[in-house]
Amino acid sequence: MAMNVTGEVGNHSQPPFSKQKKLWTLPFILAVLVVLMLGVISLFTGAYDIFNNEHGKEMFFITRVPRTIALMLTGAAMSMTGLIMHLVTQNKMVEPTTIGTTEWAGLGLLTVYLLIPSPSLVLRMTGAIVFSFIGTMFFFLLLRRVRLRSSLIVPIMGMMLGAVISAFSTFVTLYFNMSQVIEGWFIGSFAPVQAGKYEYLWFIVIVTMIVFLYANRLTLAGLGEEVATTLGVNYNRLIILANALIAVTVGIVAAVIGNIPFLGLIVPNIISMIRGDDLRSNLPWVCVLGMGTITLCDIIARAVIMPFEVPVSLILGTVGAVVFILILLRQRKHRRLR
Amino acid sequence: MSTLESQINSVNGFDASLRNRSTRAFRSARHARRYWILLSLFLGAGIAATLGLIFYNNPVPVDSPSFIPVVQRRLVAVVAMLIAALCHSFSTVAFQSVTSNRIITPSLLGYESLYSFIQTSTLFFFGATALVNFSGTGAFFLQVGLMILLSLILYGWLLSGKYGNLHLMLLVGIIIGSGLNSVSGFMRRLLSPSEFDLLQARLIGSVNNADAEYFPLVIPIVIITVSCLYFLSRKLNVLSLGKDVATTFGVKYQANIILILVLIAVLMSVTTTLIGPLTFFGFLVAMLSYQAAPTYDHRYVFPMAFAIGFCILTSAYFLLYHVFQARTVVSVIIELFGGLTFLIVLLRKRSL
Repeated sequence: MAMNVTGEVGNHSQPPFSKQKKLWTLPFILAVLVVLMLGVISLFTGAYDIFNNEHGKEMFFITRVPRTIALMLTGAAMSMTGLIMHLVTQNKMVEPTTIGTTEWAGLGLLTVYLLIPSPSLVLRMTGAIVFSFIGTMFFFLLLRRVRLRSSLIVPIMGMMLGAVISAFSTFVTLYFNMSQVIEGWFIGSFAPVQAGKYEYLWFIVIVTMIVFLYANRLTLAGLGEEVATTLGVNYNRLIILANALIAVTVGIVAAVIGNIPFLGLIVPNIISMIRGDDLRSNLPWVCVLGMGTITLCDIIARAVIMPFEVPVSLILGTVGAVVFILILLRQRKHRRLR
Repeated sequence: MSTLESQINSVNGFDASLRNRSTRAFRSARHARRYWILLSLFLGAGIAATLGLIFYNNPVPVDSPSFIPVVQRRLVAVVAMLIAALCHSFSTVAFQSVTSNRIITPSLLGYESLYSFIQTSTLFFFGATALVNFSGTGAFFLQVGLMILLSLILYGWLLSGKYGNLHLMLLVGIIIGSGLNSVSGFMRRLLSPSEFDLLQARLIGSVNNADAEYFPLVIPIVIITVSCLYFLSRKLNVLSLGKDVATTFGVKYQANIILILVLIAVLMSVTTTLIGPLTFFGFLVAMLSYQAAPTYDHRYVFPMAFAIGFCILTSAYFLLYHVFQARTVVSVIIELFGGLTFLIVLLRKRSL
């Protein structure tokens, strides 16, 4: 695997861990403040007037607060999975949307609906997690088996794989007459989030903590199997752990919110352009920028056709596509991709 | 190989592998025979299924005056299948050759996203009457023209110059497609339900709602484009060896690639506008034709791909309509099989 990477791990000049940069620098504090402000704006955006209504305060805690928390958690989670994937595959164009993990999660949801009539949220989540794990593992094994001629072929393959899975899902839905059930799923929206329906997202905090604990080892895994093993890391176990973390996050978000495209791609790429490739010191930045991006997109989604709203995934899909193309073109200028 | 040649080889003691090398399209007469047998088999099966589609289970007797209209109605679907088979088989084989990659298809480049984007934005910006009026040959050519224009911009921008890169172009194409999907999804959210219904009917394509009024214009275009590709076969043979080899052989790599990609864009735009998207059909056809035609010569691969594509489409429609009574899911099932083939091929690949 190490041979066929055409310069994806760009910045090798990381500082040694002993001289690690301080986290709470001025820019980071500013970023956190901006995100907090966005959170406050998100709390007070909506058609329902919470100040002049009798039930204003109740409504505030039933819908607005959960929605904002859900946004923050999802934003952090999805951008983090992107970062882990970039590291482990040594490819900056890999993320749940571009390798088909999302489609696998959708297939998982569908399977649960098929096996159990009107399944609970936990069951749906389990299905999504299991299938995302299978899908991600499948792609990783595929990547390890084949010799790549270009790093750009990886997302192309991944998206075709995703199309195969969704063709299969379409067949199943048509065959069992279930297209209505799954119809709305691929459009991720925060509109139905309210107290009692989103709490599973808190699991993401645990996942984040595990990622922080394993950050250094995951960075080593990013150097490839030989190097990682030489440095005393159990490579295979680490890959399975990384996949499990990705699957849990994608599965939970898939079951609770839906499909959130491109977030895991654009956020870590922007951060690594600015700061280089150290997972541990980048993680807080990635989380914060992820939160900010998705909250901003959700505010736009709610504001653009007041008093209605559009699903955030559409905004994110559009913005994400533009940013992705800009990143690709920028890379092309920097070094000739092959 | 002539007897004299083989005598010389045996005298000189050439080993078997060297002797099998040949500049001709087929390695041996046996391969050539197998090719022609398979080609006629597929063509025969395709024609049989076509006849079945036209005449089988006709609700009116042959001597009834309404027999001819029924046949005509069914003929429209068959012609649409013929066009789809031609477009998908030629464009996929040519595309895989110029990209030197046998697991990607031109449908990736977002033609269907652009199609649905054009339809949605017509409705969104100009209203329902505009969409209803947005039909006929003028609109058809406007759409095809826009799609070709987009591909031209994409190719000219990303394929030429110092940074020209085929994979980058592909990836940008896919991403533009998904971005356009999001934008059209966004606009569709803002439509009223009645407008949405109108649009939905437009966006679901199948050979059965192909409009016969386009045929007089579409058929010449397709025939001209396809024959251009066929006459470029020798160039394609060289181009499929990759940029360096092709340049060494004196083929202008970039100009030829762009020319072939434009031809592919014409075919894909026509079929998408006429019939709707089929992502994995071309892949399935190309894969099978490489198996059936043991040669790298496009002059032989193209006809085989067309025969297989036509055979698959007609027999799938015939079987599913008249044997399994599963009317709605034909294209879904073709896609499913194409997708499964894709997975199998992907798993057997050693390098991408």
